[in-house]
Amino acid sequence: MSQRQIIQVFEQYQKSRMQFVQTVADLASRPQNIDILQNAGVLSLLRPLMLDSVPSVQQTAALALGRLADHSDDLAEAVVKEDILPQLVHSLSSQNRFYKKAAAFVLRAVAKHSPELSQAVVGCGGVDALVLCLEEFDPWVKEAAAWALGYIARHNASLAQSVVDAGAVPLLVFCLREPEMAVKRIAASTLSDISKHTPELAQTVVDNGAIAHLAQMILNPDAKLKRQVFAALSQISKHSVSLAEMVIEAEILPAAVTCLRDQDEYVRKNVSTLMREVVKHTPELSQVIVNCGGMVAVIDYLGNCRGNLRLPGIMMLGYIATHSENLAMAVILSKGVPQLALCLSEEPEHHMKAAAVWSIGQIGHHTPEHAKAVATASLLPKLLELYMDASSSEDLQAKCKKALKSILQKCTYLPGLEPLLYDAPSNILKHVLCQFSKVLPHDSKARRLFVTSGGLKKVQEIQAEPGSLLQEHINAINSCFPEEIVRYYSPGYSDVLLERLETYQPA
Amino acid sequence: MAELLKIRSEVEEFHKEYVYRNNQAEESRQKENQAATQIQSWFRASKVQAYLRHLHKKAIIIQTIWRGFTARACFRQMVKAAYFIMKMNFYEEMAVRIQRRWRGFFVRKYVHSFYARQSYLEGVRRKNELVRRELDEVEELQKRERDCLELVKEQTARVHQAHRLHHLLSTKQCPGVFNSPFRPAPHEMEQLLRQVKYQAPSRGMACLLGMPGPAAPSFPGTPRSPWIKTTRTLYSSRPILPPIASKRQQVRW
Repeated sequence: MSQRQIIQVFEQYQKSRMQFVQTVADLASRPQNIDILQNAGVLSLLRPLMLDSVPSVQQTAALALGRLADHSDDLAEAVVKEDILPQLVHSLSSQNRFYKKAAAFVLRAVAKHSPELSQAVVGCGGVDALVLCLEEFDPWVKEAAAWALGYIARHNASLAQSVVDAGAVPLLVFCLREPEMAVKRIAASTLSDISKHTPELAQTVVDNGAIAHLAQMILNPDAKLKRQVFAALSQISKHSVSLAEMVIEAEILPAAVTCLRDQDEYVRKNVSTLMREVVKHTPELSQVIVNCGGMVAVIDYLGNCRGNLRLPGIMMLGYIATHSENLAMAVILSKGVPQLALCLSEEPEHHMKAAAVWSIGQIGHHTPEHAKAVATASLLPKLLELYMDASSSEDLQAKCKKALKSILQKCTYLPGLEPLLYDAPSNILKHVLCQFSKVLPHDSKARRLFVTSGGLKKVQEIQAEPGSLLQEHINAINSCFPEEIVRYYSPGYSDVLLERLETYQPA
Repeated sequence: MAELLKIRSEVEEFHKEYVYRNNQAEESRQKENQAATQIQSWFRASKVQAYLRHLHKKAIIIQTIWRGFTARACFRQMVKAAYFIMKMNFYEEMAVRIQRRWRGFFVRKYVHSFYARQSYLEGVRRKNELVRRELDEVEELQKRERDCLELVKEQTARVHQAHRLHHLLSTKQCPGVFNSPFRPAPHEMEQLLRQVKYQAPSRGMACLLGMPGPAAPSFPGTPRSPWIKTTRTLYSSRPILPPIASKRQQVRW
């Protein structure tokens, strides 16, 4: 055979290899084909192709492998078991940028499923190779490497520590300054994944000057970037007071408050998460947020969104109100209580209701003024209803009870307390009656109102064991009124009168 | 003789008596001696005791006088101390009253100042309103920007569409699709079609003709869509296209 024919054979083989790999890569992008491909033994076929002499075959084979591993964790485990990872890691340092991108994609796809797989990636030196990739010039390689590191660091603290130990954090902060939007996004997301586990990791991230760059990026119009930036800042500030103070000192607040009116709902959610994490540490930080109008913006945000997105906002209001009664009064003034009432009634989920109930409890328990504000929003019957409802979860019931108890102990607004007389169980009722017995002896208008609105009647109908606290309160209330009125409203009085009629002899 | 005998017997008697008495005395001598010693010792003891009693009485007198003296001195001291303590209590109570007033004043004025709290809450309220207004403005602005962008996009899409549908332009003889005779005025699409400048449809053709590509005269500072016709007529750089073969006009119906 002539030379040309021999070479043609090789060229044909190369063409068919290329076609195979490209088709597999295309098929692998659709999830329904994955099982079929797996059963056909695609992994064992792709593996030698990754060592092929032609670079484009290598790259496409790696891309196909990455897509396969992305879809299911069985395949990812198979990738790990077949020892493909070491050769990938080795080639990460030597090949061209397309191959590096594809290899980083494979590592990311493997690492995303579970901590054990990430540990396998770390174990064969993947982290160091990826960190080397971060120093490349090509932005897409950096993006792929940073993404893979982010998925590794996401699972638990030790993996994040191994990422940090490989020296990834300064390089990631450097990536934040890149002009490419995608690289910035991924770098911010990876930093947030690293810093979410422990305070030490967050401190490492902060020590590399991440906060200043993140703060600058808040003014960027890109919505996805802002999501990641706020997520990163909230993960940093959640650990300790000093970290939260550092985040606040970076002067993010006016811009962050403006971002609460952003179009993208996840940007708004992440801003409110950031504010919640900052607010929960100390009263001074809450004061800073209240003073710059952050709370008002969050209350408006609560009005605009639905569902799980509201949770950080609700909790933030609760945390602010916990610190001092000044701040709780500020929450009330900013019309936080009607908003919380709306959230309570609109949200079906129990954990959201529990959060709203807790916040209401924190607002109302400081002084009678606060309790009055809560009572005038007719929240007390609502809380009682949630407490009595059998379908409420344990957590919700416990929180309702605690909130009711703490608010009732300070509530002196009697019209708000009256609806509670009718349905409450005895452990709540004793607090209600305690409040009545404190207020009624001193206020004659309240006594009149109590009688005319049927409260006294209801109190007479309550049965309590003699000597119990409930009975003492009932006695205290009864002693505020003249004997005849009490007797008039006692149950069965009409029968008593009729009996007297029977025995009466006209003179 | 008898008297002698009697005296002798008396002497005998006397002897016997003497002996007897001596014997008796001898027998009870010990006892009597003892008794005598006892009596004497008792007497001596009484003497001494009387003396001691006397001494004791006098000593007691001295001691009472002394004790009275020291007790009175002590009492005087106690009185002084009690007086001092009473005075101090009084002063302390007065000082406590002053401190109480001062602390109440200080706390109410500086620490838990009611007016400061009120003004703080007022400030928060005002700031809230301000922030709400500003945020509304910002949101409004953003919305307007977005609407503007949408409008521009829509406009360029319509112009692009007009460029594609250039053939639907109405001529002198035949009114176009958008220029129905039953309408009071032509549709806006018709206006757009009139404004749009015709362009060579494909780049391949332009290269063939050697045209320098769709050159819109860019007025300094104003970004113009390349398809909007300028007020200039055809410039000489463009080759004149061959006339379209005239078809018989369709009967207007």
